Amino acid sequence: MSKKAIIEKTAKGIFLICAVIAIFAVCAITFYMFVKGTPALKEVGVFDLLFGNVWKPTASEPSYGILYIILASLVGTAFSILIGVPIALLTAVFLSEMAGKKIGSIVGGAVELLAAIPSVIYGLIGMMVLNPIMYKFEKIIFENDSSHQFTAGANMLSAIIVLAIMILPTVISVSTSSLKAVLDNIRAASFALGATKIQTIFKAVIPSAKSGILTGVVLGIGRALGEAMAINMVAGGAVNIPLPFNSVRTLTTQIVSEMGYASGLHRQVLFTVGLVLFIFIMIVNFILLKARKRGESNGNK
Amino acid sequence: MAINSRKIKDNIVRGLIYICVGISVALLVGIIVYVLVKGLPAVNWSFLTSVTSVLKGTVGIAGNIVNTLIIILITMLIATPIGVGSAIFLNEYAKPGKLVTIIEFATETLSGIPSIIFGLFGMMFFGEKLGFGYSILTGSFTLIIMVLPLITRNSQEALKTIPKSYRDGAIGLGSGKWHMIRTILIPSAMPGIITGAILAIGRIVGESAALLFTAGSAKLLPKGLEALLDKPFQSGGTLTIQMYLSATSEGDFVTAFGIAVVLLVIVLGINLGTKALTKHFDVTRKD
Repeated sequence: MSKKAIIEKTAKGIFLICAVIAIFAVCAITFYMFVKGTPALKEVGVFDLLFGNVWKPTASEPSYGILYIILASLVGTAFSILIGVPIALLTAVFLSEMAGKKIGSIVGGAVELLAAIPSVIYGLIGMMVLNPIMYKFEKIIFENDSSHQFTAGANMLSAIIVLAIMILPTVISVSTSSLKAVLDNIRAASFALGATKIQTIFKAVIPSAKSGILTGVVLGIGRALGEAMAINMVAGGAVNIPLPFNSVRTLTTQIVSEMGYASGLHRQVLFTVGLVLFIFIMIVNFILLKARKRGESNGNK
Repeated sequence: MAINSRKIKDNIVRGLIYICVGISVALLVGIIVYVLVKGLPAVNWSFLTSVTSVLKGTVGIAGNIVNTLIIILITMLIATPIGVGSAIFLNEYAKPGKLVTIIEFATETLSGIPSIIFGLFGMMFFGEKLGFGYSILTGSFTLIIMVLPLITRNSQEALKTIPKSYRDGAIGLGSGKWHMIRTILIPSAMPGIITGAILAIGRIVGESAALLFTAGSAKLLPKGLEALLDKPFQSGGTLTIQMYLSATSEGDFVTAFGIAVVLLVIVLGINLGTKALTKHFDVTRKD
């Protein structure tokens, strides 16, 4: 083999190794999440762990039920999507259908910057602005309720609002590009039938961009499920049933706040919490893949 | 009558749209103004250049700034070549098929994994299995995996925009493939590669969950060159980690907002910078 051929072969080999690292990383992460996350399931019992509702890891007779933690993650994600997606979709409609070039680039730029702000800053502002407001409501609502544990405003509702804000940029940017990709003759046909601009947008353009918007929503779900630091700062520090004014722990915040000091079985259970989160995220990823594929076969991304 | 009610409906929807746009923009403006108002008073020269010490009576984040810079340096030195190499393989060598599908699926999956999972994995694998413990290296290794998809995707996009004639021309003149990649493709794709790298740096600066259990939270400045060289093996908290600790366990909101200002300036600077960069190169390419 000539020297040149050897160089070519080596170069190709090195590039191949670089490309394969991503596969290795995914496999290693999956492997570790399962290997570390399953022992506690055996030790505590699958049912007691996943569907138990008492979390007392440091008691003399410890109990490791993470049902409320799972529920808090699901409730938080669901409601943040319910609040965030309509706002995001209407903003996307503005960016794609109504804004002039100048206003569009200002609003679009603002949305991009919103995505760049680190989550700890969202958390800090949530702590300083949102929590005191929530505390005021809490004091009024539970004034005569002695059974309520006061949380100083660090509650599920705060977490939902922070999450709803944090998913905005993702959903807006994906929806905007899919709305922009809708062919102009669809709009023209709708106008020609006598529809107004708003009717055209909601009856013709949005339905055509459906799969792209759905992709954005699923991305938002992934983002909300996986967000850790910001909600850890605003959602309080106790495991409770996810009611609006209860302090709650989600899958992510449970890991963030207890991994630092947990040991033994407690630590293993936290790995299981990580595994549950990982499985949820993998389901979201899988749906995303399907949605993308369907979008591509429909001809618009 | 029908037309009238249609008009009213239209206007209501229009109003809703403007409200939503207003919310999105007001959020950004509100966050920036609030952080600046609360945090700017804390930011001065000694805040940026000294280390918090009860003994000396100083409050500062110099140690965290150094830690952040070291983490960025190590992560980018390793992640950029791998990401670019991966993009080159996908775009220039691989033929569409199973392997490419799997690699692209893996890259997609990586970009969808939340940072707390990366943090857990980094702690278990780099920290405990490979024995790096709570150290800047553990943090950097974890972040490499996290920013890899970002660099790969941006480099791939950049490679895709290079006209096929560049490649044909080089090969036609007798250049080998590696020579062509080195002298034609990489220089032409440089703006895209740099954009990806800068975005990755932004991601690293803002990252917290992946670093909490990997890089730790030490905030002292290394004393002397030897200590600096040893720093990667020591625990080191970045700006975001220190901000999180200041706002939660330490209850020191003055420092927290001071760091928030620094973070905001860096992150917004990076964002606006990359935007200007892409715009600039878009213009030059069209000429």
